Amino acid sequence: MSELPNSFRTGPDEGGHFGIFGGRFVAETLMPLVLEVEAAYEAAKADPAYRDEIDYYAKHYVGRPSPLYFASRLTEHLGGAKIYLKRDELNHTGSHKINNVMGQILLARRMGKSKIIAETGAGQHGVATATACALFGLECKVFMGALDVERQAPNVFRMKLLGAEVVPVTSGRSTLKDAMNEALRDWVANVEDTFYCIGTVAGPHPYPQMVRDFQSVIGREAKQQMLEAEGRLPDALVACIGGGSNAMGLFHPFLDDKEVRIIGVEAAGEGIESGHHAASLSGGRPGVLHGNRTYLLQDDDGQILEAHSISAGLDYPGIGPEHSWLKETGRVEYVSATDADALEAFQLCSRKEGIIPALEPSHALAHVMKIAPTLPKDHILCMNMCGRGDKDVHTVAGHFGVDL
Amino acid sequence: MSADAAAALELAPDSGRIAKRFAQLKAEGRGGLVTFLTAGDPDYETSLEIVTGLPAAGADLIELGMPFTDPMADGPAIQAAGLRALNAGQTLPKTLTLARALRDADADAPIVLMGYYNPIYSYGVERFLTDAREAGVDGLIIVDLPPEEDAELCLPAMRAGLNFIRLATPTTDDKRLPKVLANSSGFVYYVSILGITGTKEIQDAPVRAAVERLKRHTELPIAVGFGIKTADQVAAICESADAAVVGSAIVSKIAEALDETGAPRPDLARRVLDYVAELAAGARRSR
Repeated sequence: MSELPNSFRTGPDEGGHFGIFGGRFVAETLMPLVLEVEAAYEAAKADPAYRDEIDYYAKHYVGRPSPLYFASRLTEHLGGAKIYLKRDELNHTGSHKINNVMGQILLARRMGKSKIIAETGAGQHGVATATACALFGLECKVFMGALDVERQAPNVFRMKLLGAEVVPVTSGRSTLKDAMNEALRDWVANVEDTFYCIGTVAGPHPYPQMVRDFQSVIGREAKQQMLEAEGRLPDALVACIGGGSNAMGLFHPFLDDKEVRIIGVEAAGEGIESGHHAASLSGGRPGVLHGNRTYLLQDDDGQILEAHSISAGLDYPGIGPEHSWLKETGRVEYVSATDADALEAFQLCSRKEGIIPALEPSHALAHVMKIAPTLPKDHILCMNMCGRGDKDVHTVAGHFGVDL
Repeated sequence: MSADAAAALELAPDSGRIAKRFAQLKAEGRGGLVTFLTAGDPDYETSLEIVTGLPAAGADLIELGMPFTDPMADGPAIQAAGLRALNAGQTLPKTLTLARALRDADADAPIVLMGYYNPIYSYGVERFLTDAREAGVDGLIIVDLPPEEDAELCLPAMRAGLNFIRLATPTTDDKRLPKVLANSSGFVYYVSILGITGTKEIQDAPVRAAVERLKRHTELPIAVGFGIKTADQVAAICESADAAVVGSAIVSKIAEALDETGAPRPDLARRVLDYVAELAAGARRSR
């Protein structure tokens, strides 16, 4: 590895690169739009009124700050490190997704866009987008793989209740990556009035940076709350990773705190060696998709492979480009947890803490369960509980052979 | 590009086939027909039969699509073609083999490979450029490589003697156009409508205005595509443009000639080539 940067928090460069990752790999038809979003975001960032607006809705609508909660029963049960949960599952709409959506929708309003499009896998980002559109009276169209429409029926109904149009995508393999392709196609065809609200730290520049900035509220709060609770920073951070927005939100404010160990947990599905997984960093290699260079699941010919995870929110063959860079620089450790590990963590958390976690953060918790017992009692772990599990009860019941 | 700039980049000379073909069209006083189809659609053998028959059917320039799982700028017809090809086992090496077979069958028809960057990146940029050049390929159109990413493939391709053909669109305004044209070579592919391939009808008047605008910025030939389906449309487009590109409509002819199981009917290649001949007649009666 070449020499390490003085700071891990200065990226991306002007072209949207984090090392070799990131960039703007989009068709010429999209380039003017991407540049327009970038210019609008730069202008908005410099405007205190925009920041005030974000803060106002974060406090009064989303319910921030989310608590940092000491999980004493889990800590006692695992018998090692002290476990803190950053409770982003308590946000309005039930996950961290709303943090990003509010930022982007407020930006779209500043840009005078009247139509919002979004892609969604599990439906959490779709629900968050539909919610914000209802709040501001914007037209909302959510692209969702036809397979996911079937798997996530409750969220589809929620989006419709909120007034959004849900477009089932049957192209390709009918999952999240195809939904993103279709959203990009729609954007190209409706450039004048449409804003594309991407749900994770991926896509062409400036999206990875912009989504990270909106999600970083998680890490900023956690840092302050941890100082208040313990008088010092945590020893380690743990978060799950699909595209990687909740993890980037927690990690980014801590990247230059060298004493803080940072761990991202990918979805290993049925195990990395099985080939049925969603672990782009552990089981993929660098490639170019959806506007950026990053680690991707792909075959020998550079064709993109389907991801697999019990958690629809982690079921994506790529990962945000900044994560790829953090992996290559060694600043963040990336590990994985299987479907089975996640299901075990899901149950343990429900019983010990009275918190039913989403299957996504159950992967992070599975890793916490693995390492906490090996760590001393004064070691502090902070895990991002980025979503609640209501949406997953059908999936989990199915796995236990329970017919609801 | 000026000679000085070319020297600075240490460009290998290109094959000259694209420039020669457009000069020929000009001498004949007509516009050209550019055909697109996806390599390996619906399977390698059938694709080979169609592709090697294209020059005789009247295609002036031939674009071969390199199938990709995630063709984000293409409409349903070309997406489906890509999936058919991939399901039949098409790969980038096989597409290069197909290009070579076409080159062996016709020494002059310009061959342009069109697709997305990841399969090339995965294959290795330098290796790809060497192999494409050796296969007799003349140019590349890589949809997801805008000028902002020229260092990836555009500049290496120019150094290797392959033309890098760029898309210009209605959203490419006068301010951005010079940037798009700066490292373009071969010809300029004007995408005549906003949207994805094959989903809307083309209209003559805005195309004429757009071609005139482009001609003010470049001396490269202008090919116009997206939404062209009939010989009359080809003729109309060629009134102002140097060539018309037909893609989705040709690919749809392939889809129509598949049986219920998705297998090609025996007359598939003939039906597609007949259609190309019909379109070519449109180009030949232009101007």
